[in-house]
Amino acid sequence: MDSPLEPFVMPSDTDVAWCPGCGNHMVLKAVRGALDELKIEPENLVMVSGIGQAAKAPQYLKVNMFNGLHGRALPAALGIRLANRNLTVVVESGDGDLYGEGGNHFLHAIRRNFDITIIAHDNMIYGLTKGQASPTSQRCMKTPVQVGGVNLEPFNPLAVALSLDAPFVARAFAGNIEQTRSIIMEAIRFKGCAIVDVFQPCVVFNKMNTWQWFREHTCELPEKHDPSDRLMAMQQAFRSDKFPLGIFYRNENRETYEDLAGIGASPLFRQTPVSDEAFSAMLETFL
Amino acid sequence: MQEHQDDFSMVFEGAAGQGVQTITSLLLPVLRKSGHHVFSCMEYMSRIRGGSNSTEIRLTGKPRRTYVSRIDLLLSLTPRAYERLHERLHEHTLIFAEEEKFGTHWDSRCIETPLGRFANEAGGAVYSNVSAVGVVLAVLGIPLERCTDYLRAQFAGKGEEVVERNIRAAQLGYEFGIQLPADRRPKLPEPAHENQRDSLMMDGTSALGIGAIAAGCNFICSYPMSPGTGVLTFLAARAKGFGIIVDQAEDEIAAINAGLGASYAGAKSMVTTSGGGFDLMQEGMSLAGMIETPIVVHIGQRPGPATGLPTRTEQGDLDLALHAGHGEFARAIFAPGTLIEAIETMQRAFDTAQRYQIPVVVLSDQYLLDAVSTIRVDEIKRLPAKPGIVETGKEYKRYAFTESGLTPRGVPGFGAGIVRVDSDEHDEEGLITESFEMRRRMMEKRLARLQTLRNEALRPTVIGNPDTAEIITVCWGSNRGVLEEALERLDDNRVAGLHFAQLWPLVRDTAGLLGNGRKKIIVIENNAQGQFANLLHRESGIDVSRRILKATGEPFSVEEIVEKLTEIAHGQST
Repeated sequence: MDSPLEPFVMPSDTDVAWCPGCGNHMVLKAVRGALDELKIEPENLVMVSGIGQAAKAPQYLKVNMFNGLHGRALPAALGIRLANRNLTVVVESGDGDLYGEGGNHFLHAIRRNFDITIIAHDNMIYGLTKGQASPTSQRCMKTPVQVGGVNLEPFNPLAVALSLDAPFVARAFAGNIEQTRSIIMEAIRFKGCAIVDVFQPCVVFNKMNTWQWFREHTCELPEKHDPSDRLMAMQQAFRSDKFPLGIFYRNENRETYEDLAGIGASPLFRQTPVSDEAFSAMLETFL
Repeated sequence: MQEHQDDFSMVFEGAAGQGVQTITSLLLPVLRKSGHHVFSCMEYMSRIRGGSNSTEIRLTGKPRRTYVSRIDLLLSLTPRAYERLHERLHEHTLIFAEEEKFGTHWDSRCIETPLGRFANEAGGAVYSNVSAVGVVLAVLGIPLERCTDYLRAQFAGKGEEVVERNIRAAQLGYEFGIQLPADRRPKLPEPAHENQRDSLMMDGTSALGIGAIAAGCNFICSYPMSPGTGVLTFLAARAKGFGIIVDQAEDEIAAINAGLGASYAGAKSMVTTSGGGFDLMQEGMSLAGMIETPIVVHIGQRPGPATGLPTRTEQGDLDLALHAGHGEFARAIFAPGTLIEAIETMQRAFDTAQRYQIPVVVLSDQYLLDAVSTIRVDEIKRLPAKPGIVETGKEYKRYAFTESGLTPRGVPGFGAGIVRVDSDEHDEEGLITESFEMRRRMMEKRLARLQTLRNEALRPTVIGNPDTAEIITVCWGSNRGVLEEALERLDDNRVAGLHFAQLWPLVRDTAGLLGNGRKKIIVIENNAQGQFANLLHRESGIDVSRRILKATGEPFSVEEIVEKLTEIAHGQST
């Protein structure tokens, strides 16, 4: 799997900025495995990210990359899809980036339902800024800012996504690379806005949600779970005893934004200049 | 009678929802077809119904592109007209109104005009504005048929009854208007005998939109904000025909980031907004600078700070455009002053953004965007649009060092290479770096282009003869029209003018253009502090001796500038 002949693999001397033992390494492995198996050509894939440790993920893959601003991966991804719908677009960023700084964009990306995959590294903390609460931090976690403990209910990305009829909603856990890889593969294959929230620990700053905590607090979706049933998915998303893993919801019937907007197959960079005839015809309307 | 026979100025006042703009839009084509040069502008309140709005139409002997304060004919529909406009009236102004609605200032200039009765006779209150059009045409001596033909074409889709009611309303107004005694009839400028097909009539918004289409703009993402929205709707209306992707973003932050995403993927991308929306776009400006990705940002200025006066005009966002975005990077700023300049500078903005891989700002304002005038078709130029991107090879590096600092721009999906852009400091491949040496070289790379950008900066338009003049009056953006006309009226060879349509970078010999300190420099701008005057001084070292400023939310009238310049020129000679 680490053969330098494989696509997506960076040179072995690449300086990876993640801490040893961080969940990011596992997510990267899962993403690379999914891309390999899907046989996507690296030049036709764009990875888009915001800012944070998770957002560095595309740096460690040999792919087209738009590493934009904090919270703004989704609008950039929209622009890329609208300009060239032949590109496969995968957004990879953290919980703070996607649910906090970019929260409004998250809502509207789902409403639009353009064809992207959102991989949210969810470690329930801000790592790169040294351990403050994130939107998904659990209550009572003490941090240098939330000195008395987090007193807000965590943001529930899956329930929010389901309420907006996001057509593909899943949760994975970095501790289970195989399942994460297969969910990400499904998500990339899916035509529409696919959301994969990936649990992972921050081994340096989050002393509450550790590898062990995640193992103890996650479970599989019930066997009778029907991913085409949005209410059933919502029920699973609202669970507080344990956090289920797997594909909560799939709706194959939502039209993509690209189709609704009538985006053609020819990318904008191939467009020919406006002809003199068409230009003159427009001017005529101002006679 | 009016003071200038080559210039007749009419103002139509009414509440929002009373159709004052309809009066203008019905009159303008008819007046043009009668051979007159027209200029029209509007001022309106930020509300959907009520209040008091007005539009001005000037009929002039030669093309004009600014308004005059003087009102020769006022047609008023609300009691607030007098309070808002009385300083602009003169002793011979014809005032058409209903005494009951006009209020206590009724005097011998006023003509009782029962528009309400005409409208009711025609079929309802909504027709009073069409009756007003009938009155005006009669007073101007223009045959009603010119208008009825237009009404027929305009309302054909709404059925015969609506057409007939409109025509009836216009007729009633017309029959009233022709009774105006001969000694009160205005003398109009001689109609020009130009071929109508040689000229076009449009507002500034349309001119900017035409410029964008000429440049091959194929992507616009924006969040509505007056007065910048017009460019978005202009392109949306033509999106299908020209293959333009139009997207309404959830906010301005999304708009510019989507614009940059599209540009990264090879679109010719723009956003349109006003100052408040641009505040939110600043991080995107900085991103464009860092990732060397072209984008055109149109800012339709209105008075700030904060929400300010949403429907009024100002030139208060130059400093913002100059400094928007953290960190240091290259940019260009254009500020057209005429319709032709709007069409040209918008094309130039796209070309500059593409060739220099930078964000480019086009600064307009409510006055320029909403004002209507005519341009000659043969003056409209299409600048050659050079291809901005290259096909990548296997070893492509997005930020490979070159002498000029500009790397041929590849886009994902075009060629065998991969294209990485990164808001972090990056190496030639676009990968994150913390090497100080790489940082130094990348900063040099990104800023080197400022030199060539400055070499090709637009030279200001010269008005009069600055070589012989003692006073040089400088303006930018929408103030070109008012300065040109004021200097013409002043007719004093000691005073010349310069209009800047590019504000950044400024041409290299700006100091020379300003007379190297040997002339008195006056700067005219629609803001409170003289932002351009400060910039000129900073860039050229030349002192600005006087600033003519206005930040009330209104544009300068010709009379105001003439008065100020007369006073200054008089001071000069004593």
